[in-house]
Amino acid sequence: MPKRVLILFAHPALEKSRVNRYLAGAVQNIPGVTFNDLYEVYPDFQIDVAREQELLLAHDVVVLQHPFYWYSSPAILKEWQDLVLEHGFAYGTDGTALRGKVLLNVITTAGPQEAYRPEGYNRFTMRHLLSPFEQTASLCGMRYLAPLTVHRALSLASLRDVEPHALLYRRAIESLIDGSLDLEAATRAERLNDVLPAPDAIVASGTATGAL
Amino acid sequence: MHSHFLFQAFVYLAAAAIAVPVAKRLGLGSVLGYLLAGAVIGPNVLGLVGGRTEGSVMHFAEFGVVMLLFLIGLELKPSLLWRLRVPILGMGSAQVLLTTGAVLAIGLLAGLPARPSLALGLILAMSSTAIVLQSLQERNWLKLRGGQASFSVLLFQDLAVIPIIALLPLLATTKTSAVTGHSGLLEGLSAWGKTGVVLLAVGAVVAGGQLLARPVFRFIAGARLPEVFTAFALMLVIGIALLMQTVGLSPALGAFLAGVVLAESEYRHELEGDIEPFKGLLLGLFFLSVGSAIDFPFIHDHLGLVVGGALGVVVLKFLVLVTVSIVFRRQWSDTLLFGFALAQVGEFAFVLLGLSERLGVLPPDWTRAAMAVTALSMTATPPLLLLLHKLPRVRAGGDADRAMDSIEPEVPGRVILAGFGRMGNIIGRFLQANGVPTTVLDVDAELVDGVRKVGLKAWYGDASRLDMLRAAGADQAEVLILTLSDTTKIRAIGELARKHFPHLKILARSRRRVDAYELINAGFEHVYRETLGTSLDMGVDALQLVGFRAYHARRAAFAFRKHNEASMRELASHWGGQNYFNVLRAKIEEAESILRGGGAVLKDQVDAAWDNEPLREEAAKGTLRR
Repeated sequence: MPKRVLILFAHPALEKSRVNRYLAGAVQNIPGVTFNDLYEVYPDFQIDVAREQELLLAHDVVVLQHPFYWYSSPAILKEWQDLVLEHGFAYGTDGTALRGKVLLNVITTAGPQEAYRPEGYNRFTMRHLLSPFEQTASLCGMRYLAPLTVHRALSLASLRDVEPHALLYRRAIESLIDGSLDLEAATRAERLNDVLPAPDAIVASGTATGAL
Repeated sequence: MHSHFLFQAFVYLAAAAIAVPVAKRLGLGSVLGYLLAGAVIGPNVLGLVGGRTEGSVMHFAEFGVVMLLFLIGLELKPSLLWRLRVPILGMGSAQVLLTTGAVLAIGLLAGLPARPSLALGLILAMSSTAIVLQSLQERNWLKLRGGQASFSVLLFQDLAVIPIIALLPLLATTKTSAVTGHSGLLEGLSAWGKTGVVLLAVGAVVAGGQLLARPVFRFIAGARLPEVFTAFALMLVIGIALLMQTVGLSPALGAFLAGVVLAESEYRHELEGDIEPFKGLLLGLFFLSVGSAIDFPFIHDHLGLVVGGALGVVVLKFLVLVTVSIVFRRQWSDTLLFGFALAQVGEFAFVLLGLSERLGVLPPDWTRAAMAVTALSMTATPPLLLLLHKLPRVRAGGDADRAMDSIEPEVPGRVILAGFGRMGNIIGRFLQANGVPTTVLDVDAELVDGVRKVGLKAWYGDASRLDMLRAAGADQAEVLILTLSDTTKIRAIGELARKHFPHLKILARSRRRVDAYELINAGFEHVYRETLGTSLDMGVDALQLVGFRAYHARRAAFAFRKHNEASMRELASHWGGQNYFNVLRAKIEEAESILRGGGAVLKDQVDAAWDNEPLREEAAKGTLRR
């Protein structure tokens, strides 16, 4: 039975975004994916907790797709966590609704991958910086996967440069749906990118489709 | 005669105008000011006005007490009165019986005859409704539980006067002329008949208040002449007093009853506003006449007897009150307030003493001494309450007990909403939904009627009247919202409120831009153009429908609004000047450039947010790091 994927998408100014818009376009129409554009649905930040919780219940995989702002998510995603992941629903003695589900961050950063190392100017690895998300998943009984990251996002000069990342993202979502992703490996890895086939291979195998 | 009347009026008013502000400033309260002023102008000091010989003044002034009770009744819903039944009947009867018994016992021990001692006991048991209620109200102590107990006992005493008057003739030791027809109309009726007529009168007041009041008030309010409503309000109170007097009930009690019946009427605040100044003046006159009635020569000649007597009576009454309060399990702070408040002998004593003398119940020298004692003990009450006020423990304890059983019918409104049209309607319902007690005022009687039908609290009344604002609770309210459609009127009310209630935050509606300029230039800080919010809502939706992201559209509206509000304030100062249209044009251009990203002033507002362009440039140059 195919898994269902909920993508919580958070970008406050998508009209100025290139990479995230393209990435979103690559996955939002895959059967089994529900695309939830938080800034568009809740421009006043009045998050409908009941609706969001129902969405969570109806899916097996939760993907948080967002640019990396100040080593975290844009504001609305924090608001979403604060409101939706209630005690008694997501955590606590009776809060078992999310047990066994999978949580994944899909992140674009301006900095290069090398910056996210102890020697790099960002001093911490992505997994270190994402530990609040990892711990959130842990408290909710979810399996937290290594993040899918697109570094140097602002330096990707053209759509041609973005395409391999979009294909990788699509591949990740599809393998989560059909269950072919090695979850153990994905949990241990530094980046989810590393446990997926190289972008070139995907391009070569012709599984990519013109997403946009 | 005419000039004599004017001279008297002048003396009374001048005494009040001088003494009361001074007493207030010294923290003594208005009542003591009146009493002292009365003593000064009275026959024994300056001799400007007659003493008890001028009983008519006192009689006339007693009407102030009637009005006071009418007003207190207006603030007391029947349900609250019902909740006070234990203190009224229990504590009231205990206080009257115990005090009477104690005086009787002392009299018998002193070897005095039983009947005059009993009569004296009944008379001394009475406390002063006027002084106590006025003093407590002035200090906001009526809301305290001790204040409520005091009020309840006073109410019982008002009831008890009726049987006491009936009882006095039976206590007569020497036969003298019978009382002149106090209840003339009922002369010759049997006891049952009298009771029936009394009940009928009370029933008429209650039924009239319930059934007739609304249509009659509406008819009169429809004339839209404030003085007619005032005349009607006065007529109502006087009429009830007359009716009660005719059937032998206390007019004050009748007025109180009428007040309670009308407490839930939407015309309550208007009635309060109309009666309040009359009550104040007449009550002042009453205190003045009590002050002028102090018989200084007699006190001087019998200093020991009068001062000792007053002291003895006050201490005795205080002990009885404290005992009653403890038996009824009141807290210590309540008990102290209760004891201090009711320890004096009240104005009923003057009436009852006069009656007793005429009936031959009490010898004349007794009554004269008792009257001096009464006047002295009344004068002592404000200083006693002042003393109580200085005891910090009592004050703190009292404040802590507040709230629960408030004598007031509801929490006083924190917001006064003047105008309940299209805008006021929404604001009122919004505040109500958030549990903010709101007092709504509107001059449209039909509208007010309709509003009350859907369950909101609204009152008929003109907010441009100072007394109306005061009756609506402007002293305690925090916010005044003006949503009337007439800007001139909004400005007038706002300026009136700013002058008399400077603590109020005023929110004013303006219909058009020009109205907003007028209000801003008049110094009002919170001015709301009625169409701005809705127009921007539509603008936001339109932006989204032509493809803008929802969040961007919201932020654009906020930025537009911020610029618009700021430039409106700036434009207000140019309004009417030659430069106005130039500035206006500049502002419009400024708004456009801001929202399209080129502007200088609020550039960061929308367009620069999450703009990656500078970052892209840095990334291209490879300098994106610390």
